[in-house]
Parts: sequence; structure tokens; C-alpha cells
Amino acid sequence: MNKIFISGNHTFGEAAIRAGCKCYFGYPITPQNELGEYMADRLRKSGGIFVQSESETAAINMVVGASAAGARVMTSSSSPGISLKQEGISFLAGFELPAVIINVMRGGPGLGNIAPAQGDYFQATRGGGHGDYRTPVLAPASVQEIADLTIVAFEIADKYRTPVMLISDGMMGQMKEPVIFPEHVKDLPQKEWALSGRGKGKSRYLASLILDPLEMERHNWKLVRKYKEIEKNEVRHEEYMMEDAEIAVIAYGTTARIAKGAIKRVRSEGIKAGLIRPITLWPFPSRALKDISERIKKFIVFEMSTGQMLEDVQLALAGKASVSFHGRPGGVIPTPAEFARYIYRENQKENKCL
Amino acid sequence: MNLKNKWPKYYKKDVVTHYCPGCGHGIAHRIVAEVLEELDVGDRAICVNPAGCAVLAYRYFDIDMLESAHGRGTAMATGIKRARPDLFVFSYQGDGDLSAIGTAETIHSANRGEHISVIFINNAVYGMTGGQMAPTTLVGQKTTTSPSGRNPDYEGYPLHITDVVASFPGVVYAERVAVDTPAGIRKTKKAVTNAFRCQIDGIGYSIVEILSPCPTNWKMNTIESYKWVTEEMTKEFPLGVLTDKREKKK
Ligand SMILES: Cc1ncc(C[n+]2csc(CCOP(=O)(O)OP(=O)(O)O)c2C)c(N)n1
Ligand code: SF4
Repeated sequence: MNKIFISGNHTFGEAAIRAGCKCYFGYPITPQNELGEYMADRLRKSGGIFVQSESETAAINMVVGASAAGARVMTSSSSPGISLKQEGISFLAGFELPAVIINVMRGGPGLGNIAPAQGDYFQATRGGGHGDYRTPVLAPASVQEIADLTIVAFEIADKYRTPVMLISDGMMGQMKEPVIFPEHVKDLPQKEWALSGRGKGKSRYLASLILDPLEMERHNWKLVRKYKEIEKNEVRHEEYMMEDAEIAVIAYGTTARIAKGAIKRVRSEGIKAGLIRPITLWPFPSRALKDISERIKKFIVFEMSTGQMLEDVQLALAGKASVSFHGRPGGVIPTPAEFARYIYRENQKENKCL
Repeated sequence: MNLKNKWPKYYKKDVVTHYCPGCGHGIAHRIVAEVLEELDVGDRAICVNPAGCAVLAYRYFDIDMLESAHGRGTAMATGIKRARPDLFVFSYQGDGDLSAIGTAETIHSANRGEHISVIFINNAVYGMTGGQMAPTTLVGQKTTTSPSGRNPDYEGYPLHITDVVASFPGVVYAERVAVDTPAGIRKTKKAVTNAFRCQIDGIGYSIVEILSPCPTNWKMNTIESYKWVTEEMTKEFPLGVLTDKREKKK
């Protein structure tokens, strides 16, 4: 197994190819262009399909078509482009079609900027598009983890027949780190449900229009049963220096990396902080947070946004512990020193109260 | 004369149509089903049906079908065909679907010369949503959203999208036909056959625009609506082959 030095954006592509992704459809947008470019070269060379679409809307609908025909398929974009894909993601959820969608987030709203941000958390975890559905969301925090979770994303997508989103940001996308890739996936799952022409059998159709409200309701509850399975089986999180921690920091992706640096600093001054890093943002590791709140009463949420995951943490803790928030939206990358100072101040406040 | 009524293999039996009496969609459906059988491609066909009155087309076509988001049919068809080039893939779309909300997908799938076929039903209104103005609505035509008649100064002129895509090198065959008369129906069947053959021969994109009556939203009876296709619609949208590059491509 060879270690290679590779960027996050290229890693999404290489891992997808190794996961058996046969088609990629996308439209250029910074800071994820290297991913589409990688697929234009490597996916095509490996016998797959790359189409540069006329828009993100077209790309996601090409994804719907290829997925309905049984292919492992992926698209990627950054924040404004992900907004355009939302209608198609809602259709994927309604049709129960697997697909992998990558969002390399940037500052917003609007065109915003091309700097790293985490402002699309609500959009990703609340469904984003219209209708009553959920999307599993994975948030890698290293380039190696981009490789690993991209493969997991394809597996979850096929296992539950659902769109899966991977979210990262411009920093994760551009950053290079050493990565060990797994071997190419050999046996792809059989998809009896895929449309392939009726042949000598019965014709089939995929429709999301369900005019009878009772039947639509049955479909909604069927989706919920599936989401419950996902909540049961697929929640992932990492704990860092939590054994003796008295303050729990909650952060994902890039901010989790920054938080680790900050935690090392405050620990050298005797403040016992640890990190809980959600790897799946939906389903959210609420159970783990709740359990930890039995012994830790101070939580700090740290995001490159004005406070979105914060709401999931508050919901999980249900008032059982205090929650404070440090956020830098707009593409500003906070430093470990800055966040360490925040933890330090919060710790002092706490001590004063006692 | 030897008359026989043979039920098309790829048209479901014992279904009650949801289309209004006199609607052109039913005729177009039957033609498509017959051609799928005659060209022997129904077993490996996938139809992408639209948001529009034909959203329920899977009730009738006895082939594999995928419903599309409004206007995105040719993007979905692109995805299917690229993933499975061995399948026969066509979209079936209305004029709002194909030439308003789906204009970009229509133009770019055609310009890429995707190996798909497109059946384009032009009935000069938005049927499903109750007869609003479509890009194809004729000048002066009254609709629920152009109540005093389409005024070009205010609403622009009818859009001739098939003429636009016919000029693309990747579009091998484009024809405009009408299901207004028995002769028109025969011509429509020939045009659909020509178009589907382009895909079977692997030579590129084809589109058939079918002028089709919508008596309900035109507020006409069936006979008046068929006459209106013949007398009014064909003035704005002249029938005929708009491009035929089959010889060059073979
Ligand atoms: C995104 C979106 N916008 C609007 C609609 C509502 N809608 C459904 S069909 C339709 C127009 C149908 O007209 P046309 O394509 O001409 O087909 P017809 O019904 O006349 O056959 C509209 C506006 C929708 N389903 N989705
Ligand atoms: S509204 Fe018009 S297009 Fe729709 S079914 Fe009725 S006649 Fe046909």
C-alpha cells in the first residue's frame, strides 16, 4: 500500500473511483474545481463517464438518471451550486435513489467568497430541498478521512438507497496530506430495482408524484423508518482527550482540527478540555453528547459559522449542561491561539460563578 | 379495405385515460408505443416523462419509465444514456417543460449531441396547471395569464426552440408535425420512426415537435381544437423537416 501526497479535492475523486463510481457530473465552482478536473482526466481514463454540465441543476438531474440506471454516481460543488442541486436531491430522496454529493463549502450567503466556511450546515442536515426527508451527512477532518468517508458515503447510499452528502470546505479541499487509499472495490452491490428496460419481464417506473395523500403519507413514514435505521447504525463521532475532560468542545471538519491545537494549548495551562468531533452531522451523535453531559457540565461549540450545529448540540443536551459558542463566519479561519483564548476566558467565567 | 385494431405491445391494457376528451397526448402516446414495437426497442427502452399532463404517462406506456423534475428530462435522459449506452432512452415533454423551465437542459443536451430522442408536445399552453401562457403561446392567444391575448410588446413572441436546436451539428434529425388530421398522424408516426432510428443507429440526437390540441384550456370543443391546430398553429409553427443530417452522420 502506497502512501501518496495528495489534495483533499483530488482525494474525493480518487476515492470515488476506487469505490466504483462510474459517472461524475458537475459544473465548475471554486474552491472545488480540482475535483471535477481530476474526474475529467482520471475517471474517463478508468473507463467512467465525466460530463461537464451546463449548470448544477443539470448535473444533479444527470445524477438522478445515472443512479436510476444503476450506476454509482457522484457530483460535487460549492455552496451556491449546492443550492441549485437541492430540487434534485429532494427527488433522489423521494425516488429512493443512491448518490454521493460533495459540498466544498465557501463563505456566504449569496456569492459570498471562496474562503473556507461552514455556513451550509443547516442546508445539509435539515434536508435542504423541499419535502419531508433527510440526507446522511459526513464531515471528514483530514485528507485521509476524505478518502475513507467517500467510500463509506457510497456504501451508505447504496445500502439505504439514499443521497449522501459529504461536506468539507475550501481549506480541506486545497490542503495536501499523505493518504493511503484502499484497493478498488471489487464487488458492487446488485441493484435489482434499477431501471434497465423491461426485457421480457414487467415494466417498472420511478415516480415521486403520489397524488393520494394517504399513499404519500405511507411513503413519508416509510422514509422515516429508513432514517431511523440510519440513525441506529450510522452515527459516528471521535473523542479526543475526553477521558479526564471538564470542558467539552464540539467541532467538526476544519474547526475540529483547529480545536485540537487549542486544546493542547489550554491543557498546558492546566485546563482540562477535550473534543467531541461529530463525523456524521446527520445523524448527529446526540446520544454520545447526552451521555457525556452526565459528567461534564460545560460545552463549547466551535464553528466557522454564526452558530448552526449549535442548535443540534442544544437539542442533544436539553438543558443538562451549559453551552457557549465561538464562531467565525464569512471565510475567516480562526487560529488555535484565538480559540485557546476563548476556552481560557470561558473557563475563568465558570470559575467565577463557583 | 382490411381494417384491424391491433393493440400496441408497449401500451397497457385496461387503463382509463386521465387525459381530457380530444387531447393530443393520447394520440402521441399511441404513436410512440407503436414505433417502439415496430423498431423492436421497447424491451430496452426507458422513457423520461415530464411534469405536465404527461406526468402520469407510466400508467399507459408498458416500458420502464422515470419521472422527471419539471424541465429536467433531457438531463436525466443524458444520465441514463451515459450510464447505460445499450438502453434506448427518450424523453417526452410539454412546451412549458421543454422550452421554458428546461430550456438550458434542452439546448445543451442537443448541443452535446446526446444519443437520445425527444418527443416534444407543443400545445401552446401549460396544460396541467390550468392553461397559463407558455413560451409557445401564439400572438393574440388568450390564456389565464395573458387574459387579453399575448401581446408581443409585453410578453414577447412565440419561441421556436426546435428551430434553434435544429441548427446544432449534433442534432441529426428534427421535424415538426401535427396530430390534427389522419394524414398528420401518419406523418407523425413516420417522423417518430425516423427520430428513433437515429438513436438505434447511434448517430446522435433527434427531436420531433408535435403540435397537439388542448381543447380544455383552449376552451374549444374537440373539432374546433383540431381545426385550430391546422389553421392557426401551423401558421406560426410551419410543419416539416427542420434538419436531417442522417446521411452525413452514417
Ligand atoms: C419547479 C416546478 N415549477 C412548476 C411546476 C408546476 N408545473 C407542473 S407542469 C407545468 C407546466 C406544464 O405545461 P407543459 O410543459 O406545456 O405540459 P402540458 O401539461 O401542457 O402537457 C408546471 C408549471 C412544477 N411541477 N415544478
Ligand atoms: S389539459 Fe390539455 S393537454 Fe392536459 S390532458 Fe387536458 S387537453 Fe390534454
